[in-house]
Amino acid sequence: MGCNRREFLKIAGLSTLLGAGGNAAFELLRPGALEASEFVEGKRSLEAGRWSMVIDMRKCLGERNCTKCMDACHETHNVPDFGNRKDEVKWIWKEPFENTFPDQENEFQTEELEGKPFVVLCNHCEHPPCVRVCPTQATFKRKKDGLVMMDYHRCIGCRFCMAACPYGSRSFNWRIPRTAHNLQQHRNPEYPTRTKGVVEKCTFCDERLAVGLGPKCVEACDEKALIFGDLDDPKSVVREIIRNNYSIRRKPELGTNPSVFYLI
Amino acid sequence: MLEKALRGTKTYWAWIFFLLALFGVGFLFYMKQLSYGLGITGMSRDVSWGFYVAQFTYLVGVAASAVMLVMPYYLHNYKKFGRIVILGEFLAVSAVSMCVLFIFVDLGQPFRVMNVVLHPTPNSVMFWDMIVLMGYFTLNIIIGWTTLGAERKGVKPAAWVKPLIYLSIPWAVSIHTVTAFLYSGLPGRHMWLTAIMAPRFLASAFASGPAILILLAFLVRKISRFDPGTEAIQTLAKIVTYAMITNIFFFVLEFFTAFYSRIPGHMHSLQYLFAGLDGHGKLVPFMWTFVVVAAIGIFLLIIPRFRQNENLLGIAALAIFISTWIDKGMGLVVGGFIPNPFEEVTEYFPTGPELMITLGVYACGLLVLTILYKVAIGVKEEVGA
Repeated sequence: MGCNRREFLKIAGLSTLLGAGGNAAFELLRPGALEASEFVEGKRSLEAGRWSMVIDMRKCLGERNCTKCMDACHETHNVPDFGNRKDEVKWIWKEPFENTFPDQENEFQTEELEGKPFVVLCNHCEHPPCVRVCPTQATFKRKKDGLVMMDYHRCIGCRFCMAACPYGSRSFNWRIPRTAHNLQQHRNPEYPTRTKGVVEKCTFCDERLAVGLGPKCVEACDEKALIFGDLDDPKSVVREIIRNNYSIRRKPELGTNPSVFYLI
Repeated sequence: MLEKALRGTKTYWAWIFFLLALFGVGFLFYMKQLSYGLGITGMSRDVSWGFYVAQFTYLVGVAASAVMLVMPYYLHNYKKFGRIVILGEFLAVSAVSMCVLFIFVDLGQPFRVMNVVLHPTPNSVMFWDMIVLMGYFTLNIIIGWTTLGAERKGVKPAAWVKPLIYLSIPWAVSIHTVTAFLYSGLPGRHMWLTAIMAPRFLASAFASGPAILILLAFLVRKISRFDPGTEAIQTLAKIVTYAMITNIFFFVLEFFTAFYSRIPGHMHSLQYLFAGLDGHGKLVPFMWTFVVVAAIGIFLLIIPRFRQNENLLGIAALAIFISTWIDKGMGLVVGGFIPNPFEEVTEYFPTGPELMITLGVYACGLLVLTILYKVAIGVKEEVGA
């Protein structure tokens, strides 16, 4: 949408008078020009056109009670654990195959897949419904690398995104996170704890990418079952794997175009 | 005109202070929610909207229903609604004020609510819902207040009110359509993902709102010298009849699509609501109450002899009010979240503090309604309408 300087100033001035501030006009006239929670990238930051993850369930030891990726993630990101389902917050966790892929309904399933725990997390969709519905752009898709991000300082806690996410990837802070027993015992000072009343989820470790590190869950997996890479780069390792192995994604029929691929 | 709300009988003041007390209790519980977090409610990761959002949805319908009086009176010159139309407009004002409060108490970070204005996001349905609700509130308070003021002075309302009145007609439809879009545009929530959501919302709104108005008209007639008119009430009853039958018809269509196609995802939520799913069925008794009470209401409304009997009409209106409230104020929102995206069932039921906060919001809305109705009735008595 084009507008000249005069028009822009007029609308910006008018919206300032209305109490909304020049920022509001900026967001209406140049949508997406200002992203919530912007920061300056470090020199060593990892760059990509569209970050994605391949989860090789043939290597995953989830069914042997391995929880290394989730423990590492939740510890790094100060994810509160209240010990009950009602107040639960989780970024990466396990769900049985049948629940992860309800559209793969099969009366007779192979023994290895039946009830097999799958690793689930935010799919960082190309067309994220959560971003579409957010009334404040507190959750937004980062233009440069496709990460679906959260601004905890802008979120008003309306939870529209939780209703919109077809993957159940989002959690709300029903209580003060720091009162959770695990965070009272131990907190990672490198990452902020959240306030009550905001939504949170996996961000593919944007804070680690900024300093040249891959996601924590990928690093924590000894079996190398989690592979992280650039989907836009035909020569990337994820593209290589997807080219040579049959992969499936969660609910692709919804048109969200998830960036997390599963090898089964 | 507001001075009319400052003079009243002992009963009037007792009612005002009763509502203030209820509001105060709700406020105290809200303070508790503010410090503890929304964990004080029954909501969870899986059922992330509950009683508050459901009440909001129901009351948007009540607000929208004012159009059922405005349209016949102003567009079709149906004079019998002349005396009652103000009651509909002020009911809308009170309902929208409750809607805003219910959204407010549902927010995790209520002090950031202005972020919606500060970062306007036209792709979010919630942004539009805010705009249409605020607009509707303003339209109705301006229209109601100026026409009432003109009536008091014995003159015609100012000419500039007419366009606002016409604007309020499509605007009423918009508030409930946009509210339906909050739900019907979400991928992966099968029960909500239906094009008939907005029509069904409107149908249930045009049943519930006029039903409440009938009850209010009876009440007004009993406690004041102002009579909204028997014929107006009977016309309202017919509107409720048509709207409620349409509402149930739309609901039956949902059942047909789900259970004839037999697509599991489409059946699950309805199964949960009416029969229970995976051994969970907390809402089953409520949903069957909805069915039975709705049937009683429709039966009493359809038979002219019963409808014209004002005692039975009162029961019928109450039945429609209760049944539409269960459907929208309990089943619709919670049912949409069950089962969750992993097809697991997590149940929801409001907690004590949640109910007290809800009661506080209703008390606040009733307070607004009482004051506005006191003014309206005062003016009507003064001019001897």
